[in-house]
Formats: sequence, structure tokens, C-alpha cells
Amino acid sequence: MLRSRRWCKISIVDALALHRFHFAFTVTYHYLFPQLTMGLALLIVVLKTMGLRTGEDAYHRSARFWARIFAVNFAVGVVTGIPMEFQFGTNWAPFSKAAGGVIGQTLAMEGVFSFFLESTFLGLFLFGERRLGPKGHWWAAFMVFLGSWLSGFFIIATNAWMQHPVGYVIAANGQIALSSFRALMLNPWTLWEYLHNMAGSVVTASFVMASVGAFYLLGGKHKPYARIFVRLGVTAGLVASLLLPLPTGDGQGRNVARWQPATLAAMEGLFETVEGAPLAILGQPDVARKRLDNPLEVPRMLSFLTYQRWMAEVRGLDAFPEDQWPDNIPLLYYSYHIMVGLGTIFIAVMALSAWKLWRGRLFRCRPLLWILMLMLPFPYIANTAGWITAEVGRQPWVVHGLVRTAEGASYNVSAGNAMFTLIGFMGVYGVLSILFLFLVYREIEHGPEPSAPPEELEFAVKR
Amino acid sequence: MEALWFCLVAIMLAAYVVLDGFDLGAGIVHFLVARNERQRRMVLRSIGPVWDGNEVWLLAAGGTLYFAFPGLYASSFSGFYLPLMLVLWLLILRGVSIEFRNHIDSPVWKPLWDAGFMLSGGLLAVFFGAALGNVIRGVPLDSSGKFFLPLWTNFRVSGELGVLDWYTLSVGVLAFVALVQHGALWVALKTEEEVSRRAANVAAAAWFAVVVMTVLVTILTMRVQPLVQANLSAHAWGYVFPLLAVGGLLAILGRGHGRRPRMGFLGSCAYLIGMLTSAAFGIFPYVLPARPDPSLGLTIYNTAAGAYGLRVGLWWWIPGMLLALAYFVFTYRHFGGKVRPEGGGY
Repeated sequence: MLRSRRWCKISIVDALALHRFHFAFTVTYHYLFPQLTMGLALLIVVLKTMGLRTGEDAYHRSARFWARIFAVNFAVGVVTGIPMEFQFGTNWAPFSKAAGGVIGQTLAMEGVFSFFLESTFLGLFLFGERRLGPKGHWWAAFMVFLGSWLSGFFIIATNAWMQHPVGYVIAANGQIALSSFRALMLNPWTLWEYLHNMAGSVVTASFVMASVGAFYLLGGKHKPYARIFVRLGVTAGLVASLLLPLPTGDGQGRNVARWQPATLAAMEGLFETVEGAPLAILGQPDVARKRLDNPLEVPRMLSFLTYQRWMAEVRGLDAFPEDQWPDNIPLLYYSYHIMVGLGTIFIAVMALSAWKLWRGRLFRCRPLLWILMLMLPFPYIANTAGWITAEVGRQPWVVHGLVRTAEGASYNVSAGNAMFTLIGFMGVYGVLSILFLFLVYREIEHGPEPSAPPEELEFAVKR
Repeated sequence: MEALWFCLVAIMLAAYVVLDGFDLGAGIVHFLVARNERQRRMVLRSIGPVWDGNEVWLLAAGGTLYFAFPGLYASSFSGFYLPLMLVLWLLILRGVSIEFRNHIDSPVWKPLWDAGFMLSGGLLAVFFGAALGNVIRGVPLDSSGKFFLPLWTNFRVSGELGVLDWYTLSVGVLAFVALVQHGALWVALKTEEEVSRRAANVAAAAWFAVVVMTVLVTILTMRVQPLVQANLSAHAWGYVFPLLAVGGLLAILGRGHGRRPRMGFLGSCAYLIGMLTSAAFGIFPYVLPARPDPSLGLTIYNTAAGAYGLRVGLWWWIPGMLLALAYFVFTYRHFGGKVRPEGGGY
């Protein structure tokens, strides 16, 4: 009897862990693509605008080159995005049943308002350059940008509600029902999370563009285009990197301090409540002994950043019952610190590059071009780490304060079946990665110069 | 309000089947109707600019189902876990096959994706049909509204149920032949010369299969799910839905071997809409009937979201769908007429 109860408990733990990893894996992989899509959509609009203003063909060709990469990236983003919506129902049925009446609103709005817009205008943008004319084509690019940024908004609004539920009532049957659509749309959590996320997305696209430009310059190829890429990448990258800490990251941090104080304590590795709390730059949290090993700290900084007073009291993890602590404090602590550390490096690299660019020396400064080229993976890592901070920070809740993650998983789907599909997704996404890298590398290798005669050009601009 | 949202979700799903149905159908038949690269490109070009938008109907319908009937979304998606995951993988294969095909001009690369395009289309048609068959047949719901079905057990409609049994498989076969016909009629409408002629021949052959399978599945459905007969007897006006399907079949026959391709394609649309609405009418107000104990079935009433949410949903759903409709009219007009073998795009 005892044995069978024990076995039953273990299998539930296994199923929960698998459902969590299933979602974590598929969503982490998926978000590698939209973060480039959204930022690149903006940069393509900028390229199209400069093309219209200056009348220089190089800008239009640059836009076409990035549109080809955008198309491959978008296709993978679409096919890996569809499983996300379905997984709410398949792997998280009790959560969906409880909260679907609220988060279903924003998810359905994403489909209705942004996916139709995006898919319609992407077709026109990729095929219709000749038929639409320069102005019409600019509008098509703008609508693709609008659609992708709207899509980001609805997803962030959904996530913001899970982080900080507003505008709901709990119905008699235990389901969470919407009580104010206005409150759902104007959730104070949405604003900073959205702006922070979009700044991160522009950082990814800027670094990718600058990186490809630096790659061409170092190899002595496609120089006129490479200069456009580096100039735009560095300029947009500097602005977006600067927006990451202030005001967006700061606003997001204050929301966490106000509504998820236990999460803030865990992110900062603060185990004890103190006045004048220090900011940990480095150090390893030891959850069993409730302390931070080898800390490198800035005294009183955390108090100041959180409350703008050097001696303000910041609640540590000891102020909260352990069953409300995030369940993976080290992961939360490290992902947050990786995000912040990389963000600081982004500002430094972009500021230095922008200064050299302004002095007209960047294109000859090979060490800096090498750095710009090699920076390519880091915005992806920083964006991923940021999302891990948000999602692991919300634990042990799936809807903060309302539904625990352990209550939200589909236990009618066994651990064995969840593992089967997890392995399946790993295989499918592994193949997709190879294809994606292969096709994008071919585009980069081919470069922005049209290889076909002009009348064949649109043939090459395919999605 | 629940009944209204039931109709709206049904309309969105029907729109998905009618629109993405021809993409899938074109994928299934493209080896039959196109014999060389130029012809293959014509088939791809007939769906190229629209397939992605067509697929959005599935996402939009899924999202709408999610917020209007969260109980149904949770129960059915987790219960049909395995087939849904297979559908997701097939949708990935389909999307990638269309999008990646023309990136590399190679006799190894292109046939690979052509095969993926055909395989994913065919299997998706069967799976969507089987899914509908499962909903009509009913599933072993427990008192908390949960169930889990393996892919198959003993292929019988009794005892321990599986997703695939002889009934759901027969609905899957019907869906397959219906989408073959639908896709062939679309290709016949959008292309010229040889491709169009061959597509018309495929559609003509598929028509007989569709008629036979429709009769067979109708008889089986009456035996498997008594609710359908009961609903039709109680509300005789419900016969308009099956009549619409029959009318569609007659219209396809009346297209006169390729002389009126538009009438043929619209007939196929009417047939698909008639069949889907017949099914929805047949099990109403259930959305997921239960067996062996019918009283445990999920209805629109015990799965719907709160009244406020459903009301406020209309405020954005109606303008949003009008916008979507405008995009579709614009796109289909912009890319209207026959596709040319030369020129831009796919």
C-alpha cells in the first residue's frame, strides 16, 4: 500500500516535470525566431524609408536581402508557433479550463487582429514589389511590422495577466471569469514588459544586421551594403540597448518588487531581509544553507534601485513562506544575472561602435568589427535568459497567486506520452535548425547583389 | 449567447476547412496533375500567396474556441493528445515543404519537399476527418470531464475506444476523397492547359468516391450516434444542412467537364460546409458527446466561459473578423484569375 502510494506520487512528479520541460523547450525554441522577426520588421521599414527618401537603390536591395532572411525566419516562427497555442490545451488542460475565459481573449485577439494582417501583407511584401510600386511596397512592409508588433502585444498581455492577474472574478464553479476587459487590456504589468521585450527584440535584429555587415567588411565583400548594415545595426542597436535598463527594465523591476517580492529576492539572491540591501554582481546561491556564496556586492545599491532610498528595507526570501518561493532559485538567479550582464556588455559594445562610427573610423577598425561579428549569439542568449527570469520567477504559480503550476498540468496525459511528444519535438526542431541555418547561410553567402537579371528579380525575392 | 458562439466557432472552423482544404487537396493531387517543374510551380503558385492566411483560420478558430469554451478546449485537447501532436508535426512539415522548396534549385532538394507536401496534405486530411469522427462518435468522458484516448485499440466502436476505429477511419477516408476533389477543383479553376485538364479528370474520379463515401458515412453515423437522428426528427429545418451538401455535389456534377470550373469549386465549398454544419447540427447542444454514458457529455452550456467574457468578446470579434474578411477579399482579388507559369512568386 505504502509502496503503491509512493509510486503514484513519483509518477505525478515525473509527469509534471515533463509537461513543464515540454513547454519550456518548445517555447524557448520558438522565441528564437519571433525576436528576430519583430526587430527585423522594424529595421526593414527603416531601410525602405531611407530608400524612398534618398532614392538610392542600395537601400532597396538591402531591404530585399533582409526580406529573404526574414521570410525563412518567419516561416520557422510560424510553424513552431502553432504548437504553442495548442499546448495550453494538450499539456495544461486544468490551467486552460480555469483561466481560458480570460487568456483565451488575448490569444484569440492575436489570431484575429495580427495573424490575418501579417499573413496577408507578408505575401504582398514578398511578391508584390513591382505591382505595388515603391510607396505601396513601403506600406506592405509597414503592415508586416504592425502585425508582428501587435502579435507581440497580445502575447505579452497574456503573459502579463499570468504574472499579475487583474480584471477577474472567481466563478462558483472555480473557473476564473473575466470581469473587466478594460483592466485586462490596461494591465499595468503589460506596458513595461512589452516595451522591455520589444527593445530586446530590436537589439537582436540590430546585432544580427551589424554582425552580417561586419562579416562582409572583414571578408572584403559587398562593401556598400555592409556599411549600410553596420551603420543601421549600430545606430538602432545603441538606442535599443540603452532602452533596456532605463526606463523599460527599471519599470519592469519595480513591478516585480511591488507584486512579486519573493521573486525579486530570489532573482537578487537576497535570503535575509535587510535595510540598505546590497546588489549582488556575482556569487552562487546556496539554497540549502540560505546564503550567497562568494558574493561580489555593491553596498546598498539594491535598496536604492528598488526604492530610491539607500537605507530602504528590502524583503529577503526569509520574509516569505517557503511554499511561495520560486522552485528553482539558482536558475532564476543565474538567468537574471546573465541577462543583466549581457545587457551591460551590449551597451558598451554599441556605444564604442557608435563613437567610432561617428568619428568615421569604424569600418577600418578590424578588432571592433570582429567583436561585432562574434556578438551574434549573445542577444539571443540574453532574450532567452530574460524570459527564463520571467517564467521561472513566476513559479510556483502558473497564474500568480491563483493557480499553482502543479495544479495546472494535464495528468490525464501520462508521463510516457508526454515524453514521446517531447522527443518528437526535439527531433523535428533539430532538423528545422539544420535547415534554417543552411538556408540562411546560403542567403548570407549569396549576399545582397542580385544574381538574376532585373526582370527575374522578383523570382529571387521569394518567401 | 453560448449558442451564438457555437455558431461563430463552427463558421470559423468551416472557413478553415474550405480554405485550407484546397491547399491540402492541392498538395495531395499535385503529383497526379503536374508532370514537370513548370507545371508543379503552377500548382504551388495557385496556393502560394494564400495558404498561410488560410492556415490562420485554424489558429483564430482555436483561439476563439479557447476563450468561448475553455472547458471544451481543455478536455478535448488533452484527451486527443497524441493525434493533435501528430497534426502539429504534419502542419510543420506542410509549411516547411511549401516555404523551403524553391530556395534551392536541385533535383534532390525539390522532390524531397514535393513528397513532404503530398504526404502532409494526405495525412492531415485523414486526421482531420478522423477527428470529426471522434467528436461525432463520442469519447469516454469521466465525471470531471476528462478522458484520454490511445491512437487505436481494437478498431471497434465499443469497449475500450481508440482515436482510430472503423467508424472514424471511414470519416477520415471521406475527408481524404473530399479534399482530393476540393483541391483538384481549385487547381482546375486556377490553372490552364494540361494541368487544369488533368485536375478536372482527378476531380471527376474523386466525385464518385465522395458520393459513395458520403452515403456510407451517413448510414454509419446514424447507427453510431443516435443523437443525429433525434435532432433531425425534432427540428425538421435541420435538413437544410445535408441538402446543402447534396446540392453542392450536384453543382460539381453540373459544372460540365471543366466548362464551368467556378461552379464546380463553389459546389465543393457548399458540399464541405453542408457536411460540417450537418455534423454540428446533429450533435447540438453537445460539443463532445460521451459514451458509454451520454449524460457525461460536454455541452456548450457546461463548457462555456462566463457571460461577461462572451458578451465583451463580440465587441472585438465582429470588427476583427470584418477586417480579416477585407484582407481576404483584397488578397483573393489581387491574386485573382488564372496563375501564369512565368513571372513572380513561387
